[in-house]
Amino acid sequence: MSRMLLTGNRAAAWGARLAQVDYYPAFPITPQTEIIEALAEWIDKDEMPGRLVTADSEHSMITAAGAAAATGVRVFSATSSQGLLYAMEMLYSVAGWRAPFVLVNVSRGLSAPITLESDHNDIVAARDCGFLQIHCTTCQEVLDSTLMAYRIAEHANVRLPVIVNLDGFYLSFTREPVEIPDAAKAAAFVGSFDAQNIRFRASAPESQAMAVLGGTPYSYFRYEIHLAQQQALAVYDEIAAEFEASFGRRYDAIEAYRSDDADYVYVMMGSFASKAKAAVDKLRDAGWKIGLLRPRLLRPFPEKLFQSLLADKKAVAVIDQNISMGKGGVLHTELASVMCGQANAPLLNSFMGGLGGRDISEEELFKIAEVTRQACEEGNSLEPRLLFTKDELREVRKLQAVAHVERAELGLTDNPA
Amino acid sequence: MIEKTEAIIHRMKDLPSTHLLGTGTPMCAGCGGLEALHEIYDILGEKTVFVNAAGCMTLLSVYPFTPFRGSWLYTAMASAPAGAQGIRDALDILKQKQQITEEEDLEVVVLTGDGAAYGMGLSATSGAMERNLDFIYICYDNEGYGNTGQQYSGATPHAAKTSTSKGAHGFAGYKKDLFAIWAAHKPAYVATVIGAEPLDLARKIEKVKAMKGPRMIISLAPCPTGWDYDPKLSVEIGKLAVKTGIWPLKEYIDGQVVHTKVPRQRVPVEEYLKLQGRFRHLFEPERDEALLAELQAKVDSYWADV
Repeated sequence: MSRMLLTGNRAAAWGARLAQVDYYPAFPITPQTEIIEALAEWIDKDEMPGRLVTADSEHSMITAAGAAAATGVRVFSATSSQGLLYAMEMLYSVAGWRAPFVLVNVSRGLSAPITLESDHNDIVAARDCGFLQIHCTTCQEVLDSTLMAYRIAEHANVRLPVIVNLDGFYLSFTREPVEIPDAAKAAAFVGSFDAQNIRFRASAPESQAMAVLGGTPYSYFRYEIHLAQQQALAVYDEIAAEFEASFGRRYDAIEAYRSDDADYVYVMMGSFASKAKAAVDKLRDAGWKIGLLRPRLLRPFPEKLFQSLLADKKAVAVIDQNISMGKGGVLHTELASVMCGQANAPLLNSFMGGLGGRDISEEELFKIAEVTRQACEEGNSLEPRLLFTKDELREVRKLQAVAHVERAELGLTDNPA
Repeated sequence: MIEKTEAIIHRMKDLPSTHLLGTGTPMCAGCGGLEALHEIYDILGEKTVFVNAAGCMTLLSVYPFTPFRGSWLYTAMASAPAGAQGIRDALDILKQKQQITEEEDLEVVVLTGDGAAYGMGLSATSGAMERNLDFIYICYDNEGYGNTGQQYSGATPHAAKTSTSKGAHGFAGYKKDLFAIWAAHKPAYVATVIGAEPLDLARKIEKVKAMKGPRMIISLAPCPTGWDYDPKLSVEIGKLAVKTGIWPLKEYIDGQVVHTKVPRQRVPVEEYLKLQGRFRHLFEPERDEALLAELQAKVDSYWADV
């Protein structure tokens, strides 16, 4: 065991290395590329075994990952944003193959407009594909979650691929002290991959991922994936307990921070949750009864746990780093569906912020707490709102003004006939 | 490179007499693709895993039945060669780690239609060849998106009527030269075959069986439903595709293109065209002499360069 400063990307690579992965289908994309560069370097320098293959696209990369896992080797892959969406067809497919492997996604906003910076619209777009999703807040958590993800993915009651998610820039390129588990201990925790009956061997011909005719077999196989996801909740708890026993770090399906006696609760995922924790501490100092719930699992969604953790709370501020166009924050919708009909359900309020790398400031977190309390006192949920200040709007107006001036100077008109 | 040659197929009577691919599949009567696949599978055998892309032959393996004695993985339309990459690499890793024996190894065979091979799957195929993937690619080319009702594809020949080229002159584009595109990657082997010439096909498949690296096969697949002809004519149309010179049987090996069956006296192309409803507008209500001459000239010009 050693402690060193690692970026989130290198922490992910260390997770794969310690899990003794056999095969790494890869494709470069910002801000994920450092992961595959680290892995390629370790393989090239003979610091670890494994085979890395750069595919022609993320679509091919996920196909190769699923096919290799379906042949019976341990697989790791990583992508981000447009890459995750380019692979989307295959995310659904390989989950249907019940091919267990781990994919790290480094969250980044989606085009258009094209950007490199972080938000969660990429990963929530993959919400329904059949992969489990573990969302991380620290670099340590990225490494640890990668190890845990192999156990969950390969578990006989699950047999599904898992995405470990970290935020681009805020985690991917930020160094934090990370404890790197002892290799032998990590290997003992993860164990060897038992392909069970999902594999290709000459002596035991298999047809995998065959077509079905009609809705009956289709419904059967799709529902099996759903059931496996539901079983994964218990598997997650079991493996998290085992992880804690081995390494001393505890990762609940929902991290509950100072929420036990809280009246008000922030709910958010990813790296910005650490800013919410800091805000909780300051508000507590000022006499607030406030806490934070941070779901690590988005899929399977820890429904019962949310219901019990939110029972008897007064009001909740869900802060989504995504927008479902025409609806709003995805986590808010998920939570609303879970709390709807609960006798003691708190008032839910929806905020969207941190899009495309935009910061969520401490002042904004305070303001969110304040308006949430006010809404609670008035007994009405707030209209969903986007965190976007007047100053920011002025910034955009300035850019537009510059564009207009430039066009005018070039003799171009703004309204071509 | 050829590692060993087992030239046991000289004559028709040397062709395998036991047939490995099961019957009762949902392919259409007279399917030229299935005809070729039968012949290919007899030689490749059951120590294979077929990696399929979306197309007619996806319906060969419908849960819980398969005509294959070996293995099968359906992927998606664009990425069957990437699926082959994953399986090949995984089998190699398992052998290297001595987790499986050599006897458990499988030949990885991609099976796609022309829609995937000429279009959507070209990037994945190019990637597989550039990495010198050890696999066999079989494209059954029925010159259109057959499974969806024969819309034109990158493989559709000039003037053919398809369900998206119903105008007076048929398809305005020209068939893409996939053989040349594949050969430009300098893979171990590229060949054209057709089920109606089983001896030529068998020799080529026998050859690729003994080779390593990317081995790329395009089989013209006469298609009664897509080309609009009586299923009983499939073999005759296949033979005419070769005799007219429209479908040159050839192979690329060691940097050379060799024609394996040169029609000495080429039959006029209209003998091939007139049997197919997709070209009926060239003959009825009156002969389109200009278009027929253009199609003949294109074939003549190809062979003039051979």
